Amino acid sequence: MSFYGLVDGSQASLTKYLGALSGVDQVGADARAAMLATRSIKTTSKRWAINTAISMVDLTTLEGADTPGKVKALCNKAVRPDPTDSSVPSVGAVCVYNDMVAIAREHLDLIGGGHVGLAAVSTAFPSGRASMPVKIQDTQDALDSGATEIDMVIDRGAFLSGDYIGVFNQIVQIRELCGSRAHLKVIFETGELVTYDNIRKASFLAMAAGAHFIKTSTGKVAPAATAPVVLIMLEAVRDFYQMTRVRIGVKPAGGIRTTKDAIKQLVLVNETAGPEWLTPALFRIGASSLLNDLLMQRMKLDDGYYASPEYVTID
Amino acid sequence: MSFDYAPAPESRAIVKIKAKYGHFIGGKFVSGSKHFPTINPATEEVLSQIALAGKADIDAAVKAARKAYTQIWSKMSGKERGKYLFRIARIMQERSREFAVLETLDNGKPIRESRDVDVPLAAAHFFYHAGWADKLEFAALGTSTKPHGVAGQIIPWNFPLLMLAWKIAPALAAGNTVVLKPAESTPLSALLFAEICQQAELPAGVVNIVTGDGSTGALIVNHPGIDKIAFTGSTEVGKIIARAVAPTHKSLTLELGGKAANIIFEDAAIDEAIEGIVNGVFFNQGHVCCAGSRLLLQESIADEVLEKLKIRMAKIRVGDPMDKNTDLGAINSKEQLLKIQDLSAIGDAEGGQRWSAPCEFPKKGFWFAPTVFTGVTQAHRIAREEIFGPVLSILTFRTPQEAIDKANNTPFGLSAGVWSEKGSRILWASQQLRAGVVWANTFNKFDPASPFGGYKESGWGREGGRHGLSTYLKGVGHE
Amino acid sequence: MSNRIYVKKTYKLFINGSFPRSESGRTYEIKSAKGVFIANPSLASRKDLRDAVTAAHAAQAGWNKVSAYNKGQILYRVAEMLEGRRAQFVDEIVSVTGLTKIKAEKEVTDSVDRLVWYAGWSDKLSSLSGALNPVTGPYYNFTVPESMGVIAAIAPESPSLLGLIDAVAPIIVGGNTVVVLASTKAPLSAMSFAEILATSDVPAGVINILTGKQDEIAPWMASHMDIDGLDISGLATTSHSAVRIAGTENLKRIYSFKSADPGRILAFLENKTVWHPIGL
Repeated sequence: MSFYGLVDGSQASLTKYLGALSGVDQVGADARAAMLATRSIKTTSKRWAINTAISMVDLTTLEGADTPGKVKALCNKAVRPDPTDSSVPSVGAVCVYNDMVAIAREHLDLIGGGHVGLAAVSTAFPSGRASMPVKIQDTQDALDSGATEIDMVIDRGAFLSGDYIGVFNQIVQIRELCGSRAHLKVIFETGELVTYDNIRKASFLAMAAGAHFIKTSTGKVAPAATAPVVLIMLEAVRDFYQMTRVRIGVKPAGGIRTTKDAIKQLVLVNETAGPEWLTPALFRIGASSLLNDLLMQRMKLDDGYYASPEYVTID
Repeated sequence: MSFDYAPAPESRAIVKIKAKYGHFIGGKFVSGSKHFPTINPATEEVLSQIALAGKADIDAAVKAARKAYTQIWSKMSGKERGKYLFRIARIMQERSREFAVLETLDNGKPIRESRDVDVPLAAAHFFYHAGWADKLEFAALGTSTKPHGVAGQIIPWNFPLLMLAWKIAPALAAGNTVVLKPAESTPLSALLFAEICQQAELPAGVVNIVTGDGSTGALIVNHPGIDKIAFTGSTEVGKIIARAVAPTHKSLTLELGGKAANIIFEDAAIDEAIEGIVNGVFFNQGHVCCAGSRLLLQESIADEVLEKLKIRMAKIRVGDPMDKNTDLGAINSKEQLLKIQDLSAIGDAEGGQRWSAPCEFPKKGFWFAPTVFTGVTQAHRIAREEIFGPVLSILTFRTPQEAIDKANNTPFGLSAGVWSEKGSRILWASQQLRAGVVWANTFNKFDPASPFGGYKESGWGREGGRHGLSTYLKGVGHE
Repeated sequence: MSNRIYVKKTYKLFINGSFPRSESGRTYEIKSAKGVFIANPSLASRKDLRDAVTAAHAAQAGWNKVSAYNKGQILYRVAEMLEGRRAQFVDEIVSVTGLTKIKAEKEVTDSVDRLVWYAGWSDKLSSLSGALNPVTGPYYNFTVPESMGVIAAIAPESPSLLGLIDAVAPIIVGGNTVVVLASTKAPLSAMSFAEILATSDVPAGVINILTGKQDEIAPWMASHMDIDGLDISGLATTSHSAVRIAGTENLKRIYSFKSADPGRILAFLENKTVWHPIGL
């Protein structure tokens, strides 16, 4: 199966498609990202940005120590981030390991959180080092348990060894598995792909293979969602839209902890892909501690003085 | 609601602008006789009244500079001179916010640029040259380490403080004393610099700042008590100065106009090239002598680049220069705005296709939208004359040699840009381009260690690096 | 033996590797220090200058491409040939200028040695005047001296040979081409030097030599828009101002030198600074 008719599934057609991409100059991309980081977002636009950022958070717990209790608490927080303020929107999704999906599904439905997405990390997350049947079974488990979003990792080893068609085919298979049941986010682990050329190439590869979202990182490897990396991916979805008229989403994950970080991400989106991408349908931020900082900054805007962590819940 | 950035204005409370200024001569502020207003080009508000220096003022300034040269500065060791430059650099850093705000108010450039580019680079120039003061024998390549004496320096309005630093720092490091005239429309940061000279306890008369217009500049150029003239400005005025100085003993350096080609090969990193094009011609409202104002696109990618460029240009934020999110500020003066409008109208009349980014301007002030002309050839005036505004002329080429031939087909030779991911092509093009600065896969980068200056009618001599310093010595390449 | 009719030489211009007469058909008379007629060298016109500049312009790109190592060898070869023909140059200098033989020999010796000195500079100029600049930020930034283009020069009246070498060699060693006006009163050694050049490895058009009058040629050199620089070391000082003023039309680099030092070479070189990012 192929999407958009860009690649027919053969190694030759994929090589030709990726070969047509222009290179990325690292220094220039860094400079552009650094310039956009100087944007000063104040008052009304800050309030809008904080609310938008909250609605884009993929509230994540990906620990070996995750328990049903922890996941349920996360679901509560996701649906009502600030129990004292109903004007705070729900987050975009909760993101858990796939053995926790069933618990999250049940709890979200119980608390009226059906509108919040349920993302499962899949395909032998985070390393991706497993056989394809295992990856397929992994994904199938998550789907069967009620996941609405699949965050799969690519095989970085295959990518770095030049086996692009192998990476492509794995994405195609997982996408077919998702069918109409779940959105597919494809994680590159940009910290392991290293170069911006690779990140641009991986972006186009994943989009042609049917990804709904392209995602920077697992959160387990640093560096993760640096501003230039997100810039490169936003440029890729913008260019892909010019080619296909299809908008692919972007999800930075890893290292975005403060409101300032989040707003910088929104600025990147606004001035790179464009305002059309400023929706949870096309931009998510994978994070755990970020949400509380967004809530505290929101309180500061409301109250006019600085907030204390004592007033936000720690789940 | 969409993500429209709310106003984020920098506070102007940090600067105290006097109602009226005099000249800074012999270490003191002395009152002028006639005055003219300096305005904020973004609001047309009168900021202050500036003294117009006449013959007596220039005589006094030259006399003060000569006295300081003879009695103090030429006798002081390089080591000690250097310490004054270090002091100045430090104080500039300490008062950097003040300088940035003042520069933006007087010039119209975005606060982001004055804060992140102009002021830090100006301080860096003093730091860099401070270290040269006691090492002149290594700069002179075996020739003279003697300074000229009194240097007369005339600077433009596009980077008022930075151009002051480019002029004063090497002059002082080499052991000259100076009489500097800032541009008529942007004198305020130079007058604040005079205060810094006082705080640094620089000996009286080593730096003298006189304000005025072209007539003041002419008095400096023609003053018999001056040994060295350094000018940055238009090629037209540069030639007038060269003619005036030709029969005299004065040494002369000129940093003049340009019409730089920015060449994009089909294998370029396109997104960074787009940024380079934007930075090349829209940085500082295009008021840059080395602006990449002639874009040369390889035909095979011309449509793609143009499409992407327009999308990018639509995101340039035009407006209040004091807003921290502004990318393109006010045109520096009504006169300059008219010049840009005139040349653009000529572009229309010659059959160029004009496209401007959609933007709303403030009600007052001088504004011009980021603009491109397509369908331009080498024969068009907008491809030959320096517009000195946010206007880009776009031409195409088929082969690398054609790109170089077109790039070099101008009496100017200040700068050029070249974009390609192929190393050997970059080096080949860099070698072929007849320009003093070649930015390869980047544009509009400046550094005190990096010599800057033009070939052909773009100027004489360099500024920055050892080469720049040497123009303030009587040695290499000079009589 | 004493009845043999001596074969006299016809002295012409040296343009683009050939020896044309002046297009104007004019000559002027050179007599020995004792007043005896020696030759009728060409009196070059502004059109001869124009032709010489055209030749110099055409030759410049090619000469600039010659490797620095090779340029040095070509200049050294000129020195070798001058050394081999010292006697002729000594005779010509003595006959025209009336210098003693010892002084004439010294001038020729100095000329040979000066050529060798300049030859050695060819592949050291970028080491001397180039730089790798330590800029702030991830950029590789270097400055290199580059040829300026076509340079004109006015050689001094005397010393006629050594002055010519000082006018020509520093200009071409960095990749420029030159049009030089030789000593008006003592042009013989210049034209004999042209014969060396014609049989040397210096490509045609790289060095072009005119004979004639300063006041006829210098103003046209100053105003010619395709001349990039001008060495007026040999020009009568009373004419300097006028020439400097005329030269501002295209902002020609105009210098007058008092000694042979590296500054004399660097004066007619441009400096190019190249920036390139350093990244993955």
